[in-house]
Amino acid sequence: MKQMTTCSLEHKKYLLNRKKETAIVQIARFGLLLALLGIWELIAALQWVDPFILSSPSRIGKMIASLASDGSLFYHIGTTLWETLLGFAIAVVLGTAIALALWWSERARRILEPYIVVLNSLPKIALGPVIIIWFGTGSAAIVFMTVLVGIIVATMNMLGGFLATDPNKILLLESMGASKRQILTKLVIPSALPDFIGMLKICVGMAWIGSIMGEYIVSKAGLGYLIVYGGQVFRLDLVMAATAILCVLAAGMYALVALAERLLVKK
Amino acid sequence: MHEQSNRTPVLQFRDVCLTYHTKTGETLAAQSMSFSVYEGEFIAVIGPSGCGKTTVLSLAAGLLKPSAGEILVYGKKPRRGADCFGYMLQKDELFPWRTVEENIFLPLEIQHNRSPEAASKALSLAEKYGLGGFLKHYPDQLSGGMRQRAALIRTLAAQPNILLLDEPFSALDYQTRLTVCDDVYNIIREEKKTALLVTHDISEAISVADRVFVLSARPARVIASHTLGFGGTVPLKRRESPQFSGWFETLWKELNL
Repeated sequence: MKQMTTCSLEHKKYLLNRKKETAIVQIARFGLLLALLGIWELIAALQWVDPFILSSPSRIGKMIASLASDGSLFYHIGTTLWETLLGFAIAVVLGTAIALALWWSERARRILEPYIVVLNSLPKIALGPVIIIWFGTGSAAIVFMTVLVGIIVATMNMLGGFLATDPNKILLLESMGASKRQILTKLVIPSALPDFIGMLKICVGMAWIGSIMGEYIVSKAGLGYLIVYGGQVFRLDLVMAATAILCVLAAGMYALVALAERLLVKK
Repeated sequence: MHEQSNRTPVLQFRDVCLTYHTKTGETLAAQSMSFSVYEGEFIAVIGPSGCGKTTVLSLAAGLLKPSAGEILVYGKKPRRGADCFGYMLQKDELFPWRTVEENIFLPLEIQHNRSPEAASKALSLAEKYGLGGFLKHYPDQLSGGMRQRAALIRTLAAQPNILLLDEPFSALDYQTRLTVCDDVYNIIREEKKTALLVTHDISEAISVADRVFVLSARPARVIASHTLGFGGTVPLKRRESPQFSGWFETLWKELNL
């Protein structure tokens, strides 16, 4: 956008007001978080609800500190993060590749359509026992579950993006004598970039669902493991601590995708 | 100025028929359509809406095969995406992720024409027609008129002999349409291209064409061909001329037969 070199007093006022509005929103956001945490802490401190059941921000903080001090925190974070990222990457790459193949061949698309619909509606957790038997009780099973949860969504989103290519632009390229391959590389793929970013955002969420679900079913380490274990031994502090860390990690991964969007999508 | 009898046409339709097949049935889109276009002519094709005007261009460019009859380009059958054609659509269809320069080079890339002469010819066209300062801009930084001009330069970059124009002005607002129409007309004349324009706008047809073909309702065929005799008069001047309304009336009547 062009920058105005001179600006009127009125415009300055307008800009100032907008800045003010943004500041208010940000202060309110942060304030809301603090207020919620404060109320929670207060309820626990005054013993209105048993903190053993409710936990509290300070107890969560202490729990995280103690997990960090013996290093197990980073071990669990590392395990879950690695499983999530690997499953995410495989789902995105394979899903995009399958979508490309389905764009290329209308016949394949028609043949596979019912399979995709069924796989999409199937709750992947139903395959839990099968996955354990096939992939054992290690990380492989969890990564597989992550891929399973993400890949169909990735495929369907990308195929939708590829198929939404402007038919007039395809006509234009055909009139220049473009081959199908040229239409794919010059037009279909670049014009689906926003769909790709949208798919990444959805798949970030899917990957966390997949990895935590996988760890619920079968695991010896990871944040999902901590949550299940904490629940079983009734240590709500541990459950809440792991959940809080999960929130931060998921938000961080989403922020990375949003950053990639800013860098990739110029227009 | 067009003594047509002693020249071979650059584009010829001979009894062309076209049938569309869909699940629900078949539609006869064109029936024994015949006409000839000669070197350097500007032809406008008008017809009632839905009569298949665009089909004429797709057939000429070889994107559709006629069900019967014959299409000859310089006396030969056209092949798909033959480089003697340049296609220009209703919207500019510039790729928003490419700069103006990269958009203009698109047909050269498609035809694997990486020669420096072709590139410099394309750039000199852009320079000549006022896009020189906008080469590094993205299409959304240009006005509607400039975008359409960029689309024309892209069409000309591959140095086609025949331009196929599919209602290239109808997406523009009225005022812009008149100036862009003048603009495109002048560029096409100056580059000495043969042009086949389809439009539903009678006054647009009169203001640019040497000859106007009138198509019937579906199945389309050519029911009249008029030589307008404006010579090289630019579109805006034609609109002011006394013959203009006479032609308008004639064509209007033929369309509503």
